[in-house]
Amino acid sequence: MKKNKSMNTEKLYKIFIYVALISLAISIIIPVAWVFMASIKENKEFYGNPWSLPAGFHFENFITAFNQAKMGEYMLNSVITTALSLVILLVVSLPASYVLARFTFVGKKFFNTLFMAGLFINVNYIVVPIFLMLLDWDNAIYSMFGIEFFLNNKFVLSLVYASTAIPFTVYLLTGYFRTLPKAYEEAAFIDGCGYFKTMMKVMIPMAKPSIVTVILFNFLSFWNEYIISLTLMPGASKTLPVGLMNLMQAVRGAADYGTMYAGLVMVMLPTLILYIMVQKKLTQGMTLGGLKD
Amino acid sequence: MNKKKQKRNFVLICLAPAVILFTVFMIYPTINVFLMSTLKWGGLSGNKTFIGFANFISLFKDMNFIRSCQNTIFLIAIVTIVTLALAIIFASILVREKIKGQNFFRVIFYIPNILSVVVISAIFTAIYDPASGLINGFISLFKPENWETIKFIGNESIVIYSVAGALIWQAIGYYMVMYMASMSSIPEHLYEAASLEGAGKLQQFFSITLPLVWDNIRTTLTFFIISTINLSFLMTKILTTGGPNGASETVLGYLYNQAYTNSSYGYAMAIGAVVFIFSFILSAVVNKATEREVLER
Repeated sequence: MKKNKSMNTEKLYKIFIYVALISLAISIIIPVAWVFMASIKENKEFYGNPWSLPAGFHFENFITAFNQAKMGEYMLNSVITTALSLVILLVVSLPASYVLARFTFVGKKFFNTLFMAGLFINVNYIVVPIFLMLLDWDNAIYSMFGIEFFLNNKFVLSLVYASTAIPFTVYLLTGYFRTLPKAYEEAAFIDGCGYFKTMMKVMIPMAKPSIVTVILFNFLSFWNEYIISLTLMPGASKTLPVGLMNLMQAVRGAADYGTMYAGLVMVMLPTLILYIMVQKKLTQGMTLGGLKD
Repeated sequence: MNKKKQKRNFVLICLAPAVILFTVFMIYPTINVFLMSTLKWGGLSGNKTFIGFANFISLFKDMNFIRSCQNTIFLIAIVTIVTLALAIIFASILVREKIKGQNFFRVIFYIPNILSVVVISAIFTAIYDPASGLINGFISLFKPENWETIKFIGNESIVIYSVAGALIWQAIGYYMVMYMASMSSIPEHLYEAASLEGAGKLQQFFSITLPLVWDNIRTTLTFFIISTINLSFLMTKILTTGGPNGASETVLGYLYNQAYTNSSYGYAMAIGAVVFIFSFILSAVVNKATEREVLER
């Protein structure tokens, strides 16, 4: 009799667990799937019940978003900025991390602490001083050469993106370089490789797993970022998330829902595809760093 | 001697670009936050006058600022508690129980974390919409007549919970995956021994799982507080624009408005300085308060 009772509680517990898991999964799948469905609905369909299925495949939403709402142009901007930021970040962080992990020199501890402290700097309120600094620089070169350079510049935006990611990246890469065995470097030195060649040919290729992690996480944060881009690119040229914000504001006036949801799909589809391809790496990489920026 | 010089140059060349970028775009602006907070500075071309701590004094008399602080602290508290509790519970279920489709759940739960805050805000605008929102639409399927739609964003007393809901939704998966990693490294024999001695699942959770991942929870707590301060700003800026009537204005949102709508940069940076110090103190306090004797595995 007693055993029977404990069997029942066990069963109830199992049911409870599955209900909890499935509810959470549904709360995530349905909104995301709904956005995909909404992106192919016609405008008049948005006045009915939101749970109705799309009447047809209204692909024009994407064409309108791509051309009229300039999401195509913004997407190109985002691709350029994200790629450029990643390149700058790696070119700058890899040598620094290698040196910080493997060499002894005066001030090493200071620089390590400096970058660690950077983990606590909050990008959202230094964005105002960065904006004012670039504005000052712009005014200065405007009075000299009559051009503006620093604001509305994708390269400068990429520099700022890369800089904000330096502390976390250096933290992650130094941690990885420290775990590599010394023997490889020694062998390279004996073979007559200089410091530079040893780093490029031996050490950086060995750090590939952590480099992949760095690229994955920073791809997501650069691609999705909006507050820095909104502040430093006040002109007509925008990145994708800021373009989407504009679309959302436009929807309130013009009620062009279809176009907005098409824009939404354009922002999230690349990250979703990447995630599905590398989800194992991404969730494993997290335990490597163990931190969130 | 030559070799030594070579090595020094190499270190210098490798380190310099990162240090320069980091200093120009991170350290210098951070110092500027504090310097500017002592200035009276209105407008882009406006005059800057040094006024010492006057900005801070007027801050603490500014009811809008105090309200934005209350909103932020409320969000930090509720979002942290709910997210971490759910993340720990779901992580321990997925690690400890034999669940069909364990991998599937892990993959799905992590999805919100890869979406842009703009995307999440847009999704929650669609979910919360009073007329054609997913929740109100769902309810109206069952209650077609005389059902008053819930104004998730339009109602001053509900809006902060709506924001909290969106923040929790986006954060659970990330922290769950993090705790799953540290839970799965707990040796199985501890649980076997406990279950031989007759400890139930709940007891095992509280006396084995929780103490052994406590260190991990503490680290994430500090970062969670900082990231909630950020995300609550990024989310409300789009989802509610601080409204209605400032009911969901966060402290960083107030900063941003002071800087860009009001052009009072000095005042805005005084807010920045306060948030900076506040988040440091809060992290230190939380770190101290959660200190426990470290258990060996």
